[in-house]
Amino acid sequence: MNQNDAARLQLRLTRTACYIILILISAMCLFSFYVLIINSTRSHPDIQKGFAFLPGGSFGYNLQNLLANENLPVVKAIFNSLFVSGSTALITTYFSALTAYAIHAYDFRFKRAAFAFIMMIMMVPAQVTALGFVRLIGTFNLMDTFLPLILPSAASPIVFFFMKQYMEATLPIEIVEAARIDGSNEFRTFNLIVLPIMKPAIAVQGIFTFVTAWNNYFVPSLILKSAENKTVPLLIAQLRNADFLKFDMGQVYMMITIAIVPVVIVYLLLSRYIIRGITLGSVKG
Amino acid sequence: MNTIKKTLALFLTLAMLVSLAACAPTEEAAAEGDEQGKVLNIYCWNEEFKSRFTDYFETPGLVPDGVEVKFIITPNQDNAYQNALDEALLNQENAAADDKIDIFLIEADYALKYVDTDYALDVVNDIGLTEADLADQYQYTRDIVTDGSGKQKGTTWQATPGLFAYRRSIANDVLGTDDPMKVQEALANWDKFDTVASEAAAKGYKMLSGYDDSFRTFTNNVSQSWVDANNKIVIDPNIMRWVDQTKSYTDKNYNNKTTLWAPEWAADQGPSGKVFGFFYSTWGINFTLLGNSLATPEAEGGKAEVGNGIFGDYAVCQGPENYYWGGTWICAAAGTDNTELVRDIMYTLTCDPATMKQITVDTQDYTNNISAMNELASSDFKSDFLGGQNHIALFAEAAPKIDMSNISPYDQAMTEQFRIAFKDYFDGKVTREQALENFYTAVIEKHPELTK
Amino acid sequence: MIEVKAVSTVNNQATAIRKKTGSINYAKWGYIFLIPFFLVYIVFSLVPLVSVFYYSFFENYMSGLTQIGPNFVGFKNYGTLLESNIGKYFGNTILIWVLGFIPQIFISLLLASWFTNLRLRLRATGMFKTIIYLPNLIMASAFAMLFFVLFSDAGPMNDILVHLGILEKPYRFMSEVAGTRGLIIAMNFLLWFGNTTILLMAGIMGIDTSLIEAAEIDGAKPAQVFWLITMPLLKPIFVYVLITSLIGGLQLFDVPQILTNGGGNPDRTSTTLIMLLNNHLYSKNYGLGGALSVMLLVISGVLSFVVYDTLTREQRKQRKERKLQRGGAGR
Repeated sequence: MNQNDAARLQLRLTRTACYIILILISAMCLFSFYVLIINSTRSHPDIQKGFAFLPGGSFGYNLQNLLANENLPVVKAIFNSLFVSGSTALITTYFSALTAYAIHAYDFRFKRAAFAFIMMIMMVPAQVTALGFVRLIGTFNLMDTFLPLILPSAASPIVFFFMKQYMEATLPIEIVEAARIDGSNEFRTFNLIVLPIMKPAIAVQGIFTFVTAWNNYFVPSLILKSAENKTVPLLIAQLRNADFLKFDMGQVYMMITIAIVPVVIVYLLLSRYIIRGITLGSVKG
Repeated sequence: MNTIKKTLALFLTLAMLVSLAACAPTEEAAAEGDEQGKVLNIYCWNEEFKSRFTDYFETPGLVPDGVEVKFIITPNQDNAYQNALDEALLNQENAAADDKIDIFLIEADYALKYVDTDYALDVVNDIGLTEADLADQYQYTRDIVTDGSGKQKGTTWQATPGLFAYRRSIANDVLGTDDPMKVQEALANWDKFDTVASEAAAKGYKMLSGYDDSFRTFTNNVSQSWVDANNKIVIDPNIMRWVDQTKSYTDKNYNNKTTLWAPEWAADQGPSGKVFGFFYSTWGINFTLLGNSLATPEAEGGKAEVGNGIFGDYAVCQGPENYYWGGTWICAAAGTDNTELVRDIMYTLTCDPATMKQITVDTQDYTNNISAMNELASSDFKSDFLGGQNHIALFAEAAPKIDMSNISPYDQAMTEQFRIAFKDYFDGKVTREQALENFYTAVIEKHPELTK
Repeated sequence: MIEVKAVSTVNNQATAIRKKTGSINYAKWGYIFLIPFFLVYIVFSLVPLVSVFYYSFFENYMSGLTQIGPNFVGFKNYGTLLESNIGKYFGNTILIWVLGFIPQIFISLLLASWFTNLRLRLRATGMFKTIIYLPNLIMASAFAMLFFVLFSDAGPMNDILVHLGILEKPYRFMSEVAGTRGLIIAMNFLLWFGNTTILLMAGIMGIDTSLIEAAEIDGAKPAQVFWLITMPLLKPIFVYVLITSLIGGLQLFDVPQILTNGGGNPDRTSTTLIMLLNNHLYSKNYGLGGALSVMLLVISGVLSFVVYDTLTREQRKQRKERKLQRGGAGR
């Protein structure tokens, strides 16, 4: 009995400690959002002069100015970004899982070489190939389209690597064997049996790729040209580049704040898949 | 399931084929002769020119019927604008007629990078502006876009002469007067400026806010450009004078150790500031400084009037040396099929006195037309923000004296890296020699053709 | 216990079957499934990548709009880089990564283990999981902008620290080596620890709970469960985290670039390798830029290989040992 009480007390103490640390860390994380939101309520000259802890009275003014700017199709840009980031996330996760499955589940002659090659290209810094890539897109005549932002993500070494590691940890090959015995063909096995097991991994990498694509500035800035095709980061950069008559940090912060809302929603939707039990259910079922 | 795979593979292959087919060289459209293009492509980095274009060219109905004007705006961040523009210019020959750049905009710091090439057209011989059209522009705005053989390859609607904006209350306390003529006399050269700095410091004020406040005033008055004929980097003595002055101001506490656009720098311009004055040009005074001077911003119901913060406490004088700050130039791209329209745009927005006067009246921006500006200067124009001073008169006086004949194509990297490298020296982190060394390293990284 | 044994036996059998039959019947599917990746990679990325190697042996850059070269110069670009201060920038980069990674992996593991701990049963974990990932949603450039304002000489952080008496006078963060590097490390930490936590969590979630339950029934303490069951099974994901973090660390760019306005101040002590690369690419210098990229590739390749090999070797060994132990206990 006593021992039980002691254990319970210890558990309670541990729990309290956990909460304290979690709250501290959360406060740290939320602080930057606090700054963002506060700044979106302040006027340009106030923001220029430094930070204040209390909100200003320019929220409506900033929002109105931002939405009234006909050169900044904010709503269109959010839809563009949603489309590009969403497609990128889908294509990246699906094809990375497929590629990882090829390496994980099959034995073939060039398997090691293929794996080594993908690992090697993972280390290529993105900056160095960016300008060459843009030139290539120019010769393909794909400038000012979304395709060059979406399609190349089918080859994402880093996501592939994660999928492969995840399969190693969680995908027993006997599931595949069982499916084969049931007469399922390989492509069907991957889509209907392997993918559901990979749900947590797909959700995690889906979020990460979505966010990376959402925040991507450099390559889109060189590919997207017309106003109606621009994505959110391009509009933010454009706001920050405004001429002296229009330069308004209040609008910049407002735009950054607005731009975060859709990503948070996507995050909340996808993070529901990162829950315990999917693997278990699939193995047993 | 195989079908899906196959369809996908087919789709990919098709996508490649289509794109390859589309990139086959298109026939060169007849750009010569009377045939004018139907699409006008304008490359720029913000919406400033678009606003001017819309208000003073498009709205009055000057765009011919059937011509579509496209603005391709690439923000400057990460050098993206120049990257995009360079890619497009280098590809200009292969581009379809309607995709060719017709107009691109540039800034002074890197103007010669484009002006010194065949990619920018001569505004007189290629475009058709006359010498008489251009005669009323301030000389320095023409020098900045004139190539080695004397051809003017761009034109601007703006002139941006700089002045020294000082606090009347602080001038009264330090010099016993806030009269712009007398203050100018006290600040007429750098030695006098230094003397006033020490007097201001004795009374608890700072002469300048930060390290780079006076930088432009020195770099605009050099006797040689940053790079000589052998691609060797040359540091003009006047620039080293800036180093000496700034180091001594920093060590003697004559400045607040801020940097341009830092929050402290902007705060120093407001009601809590204790700084004698700021070097600012046209737009900086009418917009940035005015905005920063208010206690309650206009967005929150504050009025731009005396009583709100230090509105009315600033005045301007010419300061120790002439300089400019800012400006955007319009260039016509080689290969354009819209030369007539480009000429009309350049004429209306940068040569026509009526339009330019109207721009100044509407936006308070100072425009690039000597007679229009002199007309405004001699009027009874008064700026409430500057305590009733007619600052247009001072701009009009300063603008013709600016001499920008010593610019180089490398000014952007030079001025940026020089300030970054010497900030460490002023902060006491490196020796002067090390700062110079870091400057050379940084510049040669960006421009490998240069030598120390 | 019985279940654990069963799974591992099935695993062994499956591997045996795969080795026997897999290569004969199913190898072609391996190739087919690799096609999309390689096709897309070859079309969009291989040409730029090959040209990186190729041009690293040439003098090749833009002087304004004029192309200089390409002139073959052999290994001269590599020589130029080695003679320059590249060691210093490599040191900056590694230092910033190491000092950021250690606290990051520690906190992330701690949080991930708490969030997945069945006995601890923390409430509102959904909320905490969301909050810790939020910083990653802000663009690095916007994030650096915020820090620049918060930690400016007269900014709110200095106000607070002086007010509380921790500092006597404002600390000029952006003018001090430790201040600047510290801010970069702190920002990287905030940006990425949520990301790492989620990865580790997903890894832990993927572990068959029956293993853990079995261990708990056997009376294993939470710490034992974590170190003896969770960690070894988490190793593939852990290897992933370590390697990608290392690669990400070597490619550190956005945060220091924006915080120091591209200068890597003070005295270039926060200039990272990719910032150096970025400077070279300003003039589209694919000669020096290419050489630098190749060097970076070799460095990250060697480091990653060492990490991967060491960790997986240990893992293989541990698995064997565990199997032996378990086998013994079972009998």
